[in-house]
Amino acid sequence: MTTTTTTTAPDTTTSSELLSVVASRELAARRTVFAGIGLPTLATELAHLTVAPEIEVVYESGVCGAHPSHLPETIADAVLITGAEAVLSMPALFGCVLQGGHIDVGFLGAAQIDRWGNLNTSVIGDWDSPSVRLPGSGGGIEVMANSREVFVVMRRHNPRSFAETLDFCTTPGPDRALAEGIRPLGAGVTRVITELGILARAGVGEELRLVAVHPGVTVEQVRAATGWDLKAAGTVGTVPPPTEAELRLLREDVDPDRVYLR
Amino acid sequence: MATTERKDKTMSMKAAVAAFVHDGGTVCLEGFTHLVPTAAGHEIIRQGRRDLTVVRMTADIVVDQMIAAGCVSRLVSSFVGNSSAGSLGELRRRIETGEPAPLAFEEYSHYGMICRYLAGAQRLPFHPLRSYGGSDLPSVNSDLRKVTSPYPGPDGEPEQIYVVPPVNPDVTIIHAQRADLSGNTQIWGLTGIQAEAVYAADKAIVVVEEIVDDEVIRSDPNRTLVPAHAVDAVVVCPRGAHPSFAQGYYDRDNAFYRAWSHISKDPRRLQEWLAEWVLGTADHAEYVDKLGEQFWAGLAVGEALSRPVNYGRRL
Repeated sequence: MTTTTTTTAPDTTTSSELLSVVASRELAARRTVFAGIGLPTLATELAHLTVAPEIEVVYESGVCGAHPSHLPETIADAVLITGAEAVLSMPALFGCVLQGGHIDVGFLGAAQIDRWGNLNTSVIGDWDSPSVRLPGSGGGIEVMANSREVFVVMRRHNPRSFAETLDFCTTPGPDRALAEGIRPLGAGVTRVITELGILARAGVGEELRLVAVHPGVTVEQVRAATGWDLKAAGTVGTVPPPTEAELRLLREDVDPDRVYLR
Repeated sequence: MATTERKDKTMSMKAAVAAFVHDGGTVCLEGFTHLVPTAAGHEIIRQGRRDLTVVRMTADIVVDQMIAAGCVSRLVSSFVGNSSAGSLGELRRRIETGEPAPLAFEEYSHYGMICRYLAGAQRLPFHPLRSYGGSDLPSVNSDLRKVTSPYPGPDGEPEQIYVVPPVNPDVTIIHAQRADLSGNTQIWGLTGIQAEAVYAADKAIVVVEEIVDDEVIRSDPNRTLVPAHAVDAVVVCPRGAHPSFAQGYYDRDNAFYRAWSHISKDPRRLQEWLAEWVLGTADHAEYVDKLGEQFWAGLAVGEALSRPVNYGRRL
């Protein structure tokens, strides 16, 4: 792709556009991605058109190598199946593809994340009588345990979502697994992309650290929005704003009907 | 060559549910977003079954409806959400407030459920998986247990691994595109966990869009996901997977998924919906008619045919 250094005025870029563009750049050189629907769909589609032309998306429904005629509305959208390269059963997908170690990057979301990249998707409050019952793991536990690395896109960056202590740990990162004597395959969460910036960790034994902020955002602002004592990298970079080319691809080619773009 | 006369297992939905779904029983409904056996769930509601344990990976709208109708006392699941379209109002009320009655919930992850079906289908005592290490789930689900592998790990040291128990439902109900009269069932598109769920159960009901001749099935035996020997009843019920979809037959009703979040949020509105669309219809054919041809035209799909393969024949 031809990158242009011209940037669009920040006020015309929506939050979903920003998150999708930043997530797509992080997929450079990644090959096999396990992605759900929504922002991960936009990020992987955009990466396919820009930094990762070889990218293959594996969907939780069992579809590999989809060539959809329309942007899929769910992970099981009929348009993902028609013309796909393969459709696998659940035991093959979860047992052989995921647990077999074939996924480079898994995308996950969560209601809460902690400094080690552990995730809560089960409840707010006590599990027995929660104030909010959330959908639960789905395949999240398996994506975390078996992908080489995990990217998390969080729409909200506040102390409740970036929690000192999770209300419940549905999906543990490798540090918690190792503490129990179980060695997971992957590094756990390596990137967290939010409206304020990017948090990163390399793997076991490392906390998430602030590595970049969006233009106009300060390190202090991100620390205040984080529920734990967030450490910053030696040099905190500035995330280059979405380019005109990235935004045009996203708006005109990836999601022209604005199914996910808000 | 000798030909064997196959048993005709076709039944009405009413008769199949009456024969195989009993109060207090364990009922598995499978179909991963595709081919959700909604019509069967509605018939269970019409017949007023009580105290069921429902086993389903993605507990979605049909499960919320069965819970709201008072059929379900226990749910075994790995995802309790309305797809990406919002919430299941009744399920959330019962778990969050215990109103109007509590719901016992056994929480798993997807692969945990898959391994339960695999162990169940193979009559194994448990199935190992590389999940749950460090998760809080084992603290709220005592069936998630850890064992030491009898073999050394890659580093030569003893290896700990989680296991899940088998699940053996009294009956598994799946929806499929087509079957013959004896229950040889063909599914294409997303095939999910249907075959394993059927083999895990004591009895199996297969609901199909259409019955086809034996010759159609036998022209493509690899497409048969569930053979007749595993099937107890075949129910013909066109459009029985709505609001989910049947690949090549009709599309998903995304608008209804979105609407359900609003309908189910208000308990009165939900009960009115059940009264009108489930209890107020004699069977699924009436539900289909009530939606109207114009509605179904909106979910119609075009053709995308697979190319035939040559199975060959001895010359």
